[in-house]
Amino acid sequence: MRFDRRLITHFEWLLPLLALAVSALGTTTVYSATHVPGMDGPSSHTVRQGTWLAAGCVAMLLAVAFDYRRLERQAVPLYCVLLALLIAVPLIGRVGGGSRRWITLGPVSLQPSEFMKLGLVIILARHFARTPGAHVGLRGMVAPLLLTAVPAALILAQPDLGTVAVLGIVALTMMILGGVRLRWLALLASPIVLLAPLLWRHLKVYQQQRILTFIDPDRDPLGAGYHVIQSKIAVGSGMLWGRGFLKGTQNHLNFLPEQHTDFIFSVFAEEWGFIGAALLVGLYLALVLRGLVVAARARDRFGVLLVLGVTSVVFWQAVVNLCMTTGLMPVVGITLPFFSYGGSSLLCLLVGIGLAMNVSMRRYYF
Amino acid sequence: MAVRHVRVMPREVPSEFQLRTAVAAVLVIIAFSLVGVRLWYLQIEQGTEMRSLSENNRIRLVRVPAARGLVYDRHGEVLVENRAAFDVVFVPEDARDKRGTLRNLAGYLGEDEPVLIQQARAPSRRPPYEGIVLRRDVDRQAVVAVQTHLLDLPGVTLQPGPRRYYPLGPMAAHLLGYVGEVSDRELKDEGPRGYRSGDLIGKAGLERAWDSELRGVPGGEQVEVDALGRRMRLLDRAPDLPGATLWLTLDRDLQETAERALGDHDGAIVALDPRNGEILAMVSEPSYDPNMFSRGIRREEWRALMQHPRHPLNNRAVQGQFPPGSTFKVAMATAALEEGLGGFSVSCGGGIPFGNHFFRCWRKEGHGAMNLHSAVVQSCDVFFYQVGRRLGVDRIANYARRLGLGAPTGVELEHEKAGTIPDSDWKKARFGQPWFEGETLSVAIGQGYVTATPLQMAVMAATIANGGTRYRPHYVKRIDGLDGSEREIEPEVVGEAKVSSATLAKVRAAMRDVVMTDAGTGKKARVAGVEIAGKTGTAQVVKMGEDRARNNRGAAERRDHAWFISFAPVDAPEIAIAAIVENAGGGGGAIAAPIVQQILQHYFTRDQGPQPGPGSAPEPPPVLRAAQKSPPLPTQEAHAVRPPADHAL
Repeated sequence: MRFDRRLITHFEWLLPLLALAVSALGTTTVYSATHVPGMDGPSSHTVRQGTWLAAGCVAMLLAVAFDYRRLERQAVPLYCVLLALLIAVPLIGRVGGGSRRWITLGPVSLQPSEFMKLGLVIILARHFARTPGAHVGLRGMVAPLLLTAVPAALILAQPDLGTVAVLGIVALTMMILGGVRLRWLALLASPIVLLAPLLWRHLKVYQQQRILTFIDPDRDPLGAGYHVIQSKIAVGSGMLWGRGFLKGTQNHLNFLPEQHTDFIFSVFAEEWGFIGAALLVGLYLALVLRGLVVAARARDRFGVLLVLGVTSVVFWQAVVNLCMTTGLMPVVGITLPFFSYGGSSLLCLLVGIGLAMNVSMRRYYF
Repeated sequence: MAVRHVRVMPREVPSEFQLRTAVAAVLVIIAFSLVGVRLWYLQIEQGTEMRSLSENNRIRLVRVPAARGLVYDRHGEVLVENRAAFDVVFVPEDARDKRGTLRNLAGYLGEDEPVLIQQARAPSRRPPYEGIVLRRDVDRQAVVAVQTHLLDLPGVTLQPGPRRYYPLGPMAAHLLGYVGEVSDRELKDEGPRGYRSGDLIGKAGLERAWDSELRGVPGGEQVEVDALGRRMRLLDRAPDLPGATLWLTLDRDLQETAERALGDHDGAIVALDPRNGEILAMVSEPSYDPNMFSRGIRREEWRALMQHPRHPLNNRAVQGQFPPGSTFKVAMATAALEEGLGGFSVSCGGGIPFGNHFFRCWRKEGHGAMNLHSAVVQSCDVFFYQVGRRLGVDRIANYARRLGLGAPTGVELEHEKAGTIPDSDWKKARFGQPWFEGETLSVAIGQGYVTATPLQMAVMAATIANGGTRYRPHYVKRIDGLDGSEREIEPEVVGEAKVSSATLAKVRAAMRDVVMTDAGTGKKARVAGVEIAGKTGTAQVVKMGEDRARNNRGAAERRDHAWFISFAPVDAPEIAIAAIVENAGGGGGAIAAPIVQQILQHYFTRDQGPQPGPGSAPEPPPVLRAAQKSPPLPTQEAHAVRPPADHAL
């Protein structure tokens, strides 16, 4: 394989460094969140997360190794394979926490819905890259909507409302950035707004509860509002310097729900205080802004849209999760990217970073 | 990987992408800034408040009730102690699903769910996170069941708490009383004394009257709990200070003898030391088992006690007001002697007519010639009718009061009754009517309006026995505070009869002959080797003039009460007794005198002398002083356990 010197000259350092810094903090916090007092050594969660992190680094480098434009050609088969995996989930999937999301392959469990986030970004990037003209009309929206709706429906059936929300908002972001006129989007949104009362009745009781609770968390402090209140207490009680590593009482006495996944930020904020939390938010901001810079510098439409898509996944998951754990948004099961426990998610995000690096390094190829 | 394989479509990046990403960057910065501001608000602005909320979450102040003081009788026998027990405590704030938790708990305890739900209703003025005691002193099986299923029972804990234990059971229950959870009303009244809902408080008897000495000072524990309210570790503790030990004047063996002597009868017995007012025994039947209250009385048990036709919770010795019948003739004789009627005599023909009524003597055929001495000995009614007419009701009342009747004795027991000693003013105030002389005749033989409590009758006997000094009846001899302080309770003189010693000597002589001569009505109270004095009484429940013989075979509640009052030895009295057998259906001489005889028999034949003070008493047996300290707390064994179910004990 011939090696192009320019690849080294233009190697993208900032994105992987930021992503790995967040991942390292995340794995450390997983350790704290799953630490049992009196037990020596890291928990099995921590070991698994560390292993996935290592695998993710390898995958990230692999994602750099080929020209990303090949991905544009392979986008459709890739999408189909991922769709097939999603269809397989209800057939051979493993149940965990009340929903069926995982496929077990030997020692590892994979969560196809996480891979689908990446798959959707790639297929939509391909779609909008091939759509000529500056603005996309109503007819141009049919294909991206279908491409989003099919996996979304499959994931909704698992059920995994959080991932569906991420898919939806990432698709929307890519439509806007890809050139869909806002008026068509408004037209698209209007039936959803009109159907909202109807949808409300189809929501599960606990989903309705979450929305009502967001409106007024003190409505039922020991019931549905419990998670939000306890999470806010955990974050707030960190104060400026935090309680110290492994010393968060909200975490270790189990007042926090889902400590190592959805509410891991509360654990971190409790133990590291405003200093740590602000640093982490700063890392996310830098990561996302760097993603936008990389996107803006890309050489072709596919590259731009690919990086924008990956960046929007990171952005939306980070913002929604931070807002949720600090009580600014209703509780939806969206994890903190690179940070929360979850191997498939970490792996896919790192592959996404790898693809962004790929685009960045090959910007002078033409 | 070769670049040339890639089909490059010449698509330039449109410039609007630059604009879009710039707009996106601004929105991203705004979004993260919003999060940053939110973090500032939560962690810096509200940080202190959130920190304290977090501490409130995890740190509970658990009150450790102090072990209540122990109670011994005058010889060092244990009357009240504490035993190790476990209470089921519920903190509703820790239970997300209150109903579910209670449903599970009901299953493990084998109880009715609605009953638990009702108990779990938080009382008013309960601080948040303060546990509600659902069940006191659950049995071993329930302890194991609850302990193993704590994970199904968020909010439920097993709390070790010493349980009040009364080894004598129903014996002396009315004097000792019982404890129960402090009520809302008591909380309001006793607020300054530092009670909190869920605390135990003395509800009756000694437990109530001496509560402030017995209760001690509760300690506190600072406990770290997890989200399910399970104890994780002890952060700090302030030790409790157990309550003071009380040494009573009561004689356990004498009490037991008295209870046995009364047998299945309803009634009351009081034995006093006439030299100082010490209560040696106090019986009230029917009784109840105070241990029922210690473990938390069940609703049906409480209802049964309240609806019992014979009112077992009432302490008849101080709350029962009975016509004293012929025992009142002791007061009459005192009045007659003091008012110069010592030489008075009558001939008893079985009754006297008065107005349009015929007042019978209990002995239809009459007693013949009677003087004061023989009238007391044989309890001649006719003699005292005539004495009563000559004295008039007001003078009778005066002497009766001097001997301790008609007013509470001042014993430290709740709801003591005063009895009734009527006079003309009393009747005017009560009925707005003048006194009728015919009523004096009834009063003269202790009937009509006259009533007295058994304790008052014992005080009267003691006052006559000791030469006219009225002591306040008391039952606590010494208090040993835990700080090492010792306080002796000194006898307290509450009044003098102001009767000449010659009069009292004559009354005592007559009372001696009631027992010691064959003509006396109290022969059945004799004890070999001891000079006993006494007076019988048969108090009518139905109106005068009705056929007693027929009534005494009729409905139980219409039968006569049998009285016997007594003191001994005559020369140097050590013990004074009053006994009443309710609705005995027989005379005091036949039914009450033999009961008192058994008590006196025991008193004068027991191995030990009657007066060893508590100082010479044998060391008290090792009793659990502070039960919560000794047993290892099973809750603490859950120490390092996080939620997974397989970690349950």
